[in-house]
Amino acid sequence: MPVENPRILTKNYDTPNSWTLATYEASGGYKALRKSIAMGPAAIRDEVKAANLRGRGGAGFAAGLKWSFLKTHPEKPNYIAVNADEGEPGTFKDRTLMEKDPHRCVEGFIIAAYALDVHTVYVYIRGELVLAIKRIEQAVREARARGYLGSKILDQDFKLDIVVHAGAGAYICGEETSLLNSLEGLRGEPRLKPPFPAVVGAFGAPTIVNNLETLAAVPSIIELGGEAFSKLSRLHHLKDGGVRLYGISGHVNRPGVYEAPVGITLRELIDDLGGGVRTGHTLKAVIPGGSSTPVLRESDTVHAPDEKHPMHAWHGKSHLDVPMGVDTMRGLGTMLGTCCAIVMDETTSMVRVAENLMVFYAHESCGQCTPCREGCAWMARLCHKFADGSATTVDLDTLADVANNIIGNTICALGDGAAMPMLGILKLFRNEFEAAIGKPTPLLGLKVA
Amino acid sequence: MAFELTPERLAIFEELLPKYPTKQALSIPLLHICQEQLGHISAEVIEYVAKKLALSTADVKGVVTFYTLFQQKPVGRNVVWVCRTLSCELMGARSIKDALEQKLGCHVGETTRDGEFTVLEAECLAACGAGPMMQLNDEYFENLTPEKLDDILDAARRKKDAGCAATFSPIGIRARKEQ
Repeated sequence: MPVENPRILTKNYDTPNSWTLATYEASGGYKALRKSIAMGPAAIRDEVKAANLRGRGGAGFAAGLKWSFLKTHPEKPNYIAVNADEGEPGTFKDRTLMEKDPHRCVEGFIIAAYALDVHTVYVYIRGELVLAIKRIEQAVREARARGYLGSKILDQDFKLDIVVHAGAGAYICGEETSLLNSLEGLRGEPRLKPPFPAVVGAFGAPTIVNNLETLAAVPSIIELGGEAFSKLSRLHHLKDGGVRLYGISGHVNRPGVYEAPVGITLRELIDDLGGGVRTGHTLKAVIPGGSSTPVLRESDTVHAPDEKHPMHAWHGKSHLDVPMGVDTMRGLGTMLGTCCAIVMDETTSMVRVAENLMVFYAHESCGQCTPCREGCAWMARLCHKFADGSATTVDLDTLADVANNIIGNTICALGDGAAMPMLGILKLFRNEFEAAIGKPTPLLGLKVA
Repeated sequence: MAFELTPERLAIFEELLPKYPTKQALSIPLLHICQEQLGHISAEVIEYVAKKLALSTADVKGVVTFYTLFQQKPVGRNVVWVCRTLSCELMGARSIKDALEQKLGCHVGETTRDGEFTVLEAECLAACGAGPMMQLNDEYFENLTPEKLDDILDAARRKKDAGCAATFSPIGIRARKEQ
C-alpha cells in the first residue's frame, strides 16, 4: 500500500513564513490550547495516554505513562525540560520542527505544562542550532505578547514561562539526566537512576523530560482526540500510536525529513519516501534509527514460527518489511531509536563505517564511567587498525570483547549505544573485518562511477 | 587585564538571571555571552564568570573544558566546523575537509596565518539529509562540493562584523539583533 501522507506535524512546513504566529494561527494554531484549558489537566493527561504516544527521542517510552510518574513535592515546583539536544548521528527531525513550525512546539509545551501543573518549561536546545534557537525564542515572545504565556494565560489562573537554554556542544546532554546537570550549569555527566527525574529532576524538583517532537504532537492529540490520533498509526494495536517524523540520509535519491504513520516499513522509508537507493546501486545495509541502533540487512528474515511469538506476524519476511515500531524493531535485535535511517549501498566499507561511528562515541563519551571512557576509545583504535590494514586476528576478538564489557556496566546508555552497533556490524559483516587484516580499506564517500 | 562584559551584554545576563532558581545554572549562558565578546574563554573570563556566579574557578573551568563550543584558545575571525560523522562522510565529507585545508592552507584544529579562519571538525550537526555540510560561524552550508567553498569563504572574508569578536553565539547580541 502507498505510504499515507497525513501532514499533521508538517502541516505548515511549506507555508511561507511558517514560523510566525500569524501563519500558525491561520492554520488553526492555539485552538488546541483553548480546548485544553476547557478540558482541564486530568482530561489532557487521559488523551495523551489514549494516544499511545511513544517518546520520539529514541527510547520510545510511553509519554502518558511517563507523565503519570510525576511526583509532586510539597515545597518544590514541577518542571518540564524539553529535550531538543538533537545530536544522534543520522537524526535531523527536531531541527525542522523548531525551524519551520516553532509555534507547534510552543503550543505543545504550554498544554503539557497545563496538564502537569508546571510554571516553568526549560527548552534545552543544542547550541549549534542557532536558527532553531532564534525561531523558538521568537515564538515564545510572540506567544507571550498574545497572552498564551505569562501570568494569566487566556484569562485563566494559569501562569507559565518558557526559558530557552542553549547547550554548548555535547552529545551526552541528550541523555535526560545529563541534560538536567547541564541545565543546572554543571558538566553534562549523567546521574544515577533512581531517583528518576519525575521525582528528583532539575534543581532537585520533580521534572518531566520529553523529546521536542513528543511534545509537538500534543496539540494534534488534543485536536483530534487521543484515540483518533493513535489510530493514525499502523501499530495502534501494539500501543504505538500516531504519526511521526522520519528522516533518511546516506545513499538515497531523496534524503530528507518526512511525516508518516508510525509503523511504515524500512523498505517504504527507503523506496517510497527516500526515492530508493541512489540510482545504479544496491542496498547493502541500513541503520534504522540513529547511529546507536544496530544495522539491518535486506537478506535477513524474521524467524518466529511459534504462533505465540510477538514477531510471528512477520515470520519469514525480510527485516526491511517489518513495520517500524518501538517493540517490533526490538524484536529484530535493533532499536527504533529516532526513526532516522542511514542507508549504505554496496560501495560502503563496513569497517570504515564502524571506524567513523566509534570515533564519534570516543569523542562524545563523557568520561565518567571507565568501561565507556576507555572502551569507546579502545574500539575506535581497533577500528583504525582494521581500516589501515594493521589489525591482526586477535584484534577481532578483542573488539568484540571490549564491546561486550561495556554493555550494562555504565551509568547511562551511551556506552551501550556504542557497543551495540559495533557488535551488530561485527555479527553481520565479520567477513569484511577478516578481509581487512593486512590490507588497508578505502575511505568512505569517494566518488563512485 | 581583568575581563568585563559590555553593558549591553551584561543586560542580557541580568535578564536571564531571574529565570533560573540557582546562579550556577547561568554558567553556560554566561560563558556563551562572554565568548561572543572576547572570541574565546580566557583565564580572565573564567575568573569573571566564577565571581559573577559565586562559584570556584575550578567549577567554571570544569564546564568550559567539557563542552565543545567553548574555545579554550583564541580562534580566527571565522570558525568553520566541518561535519565528519557518518551520513556526511558517506556523501563525501572528507573531500570537503581536504578542500578546506588546501584552500585555507591550514589543518583541522589550526587557524590561518592571517587570523581569518579556524577549521575544526564537528560531530553530527543534525543536517544529515543534506550532507556533506559545514557550519560557518552561525550559519549552515549544506549539500557542499569542493567547488562551492570558494564563494562561501570569500563572502565570509568580506563580511566584517564590528564589535563582535566571535560571530557565533547562540544567545549573544548578534542572535538577538537578527530576530
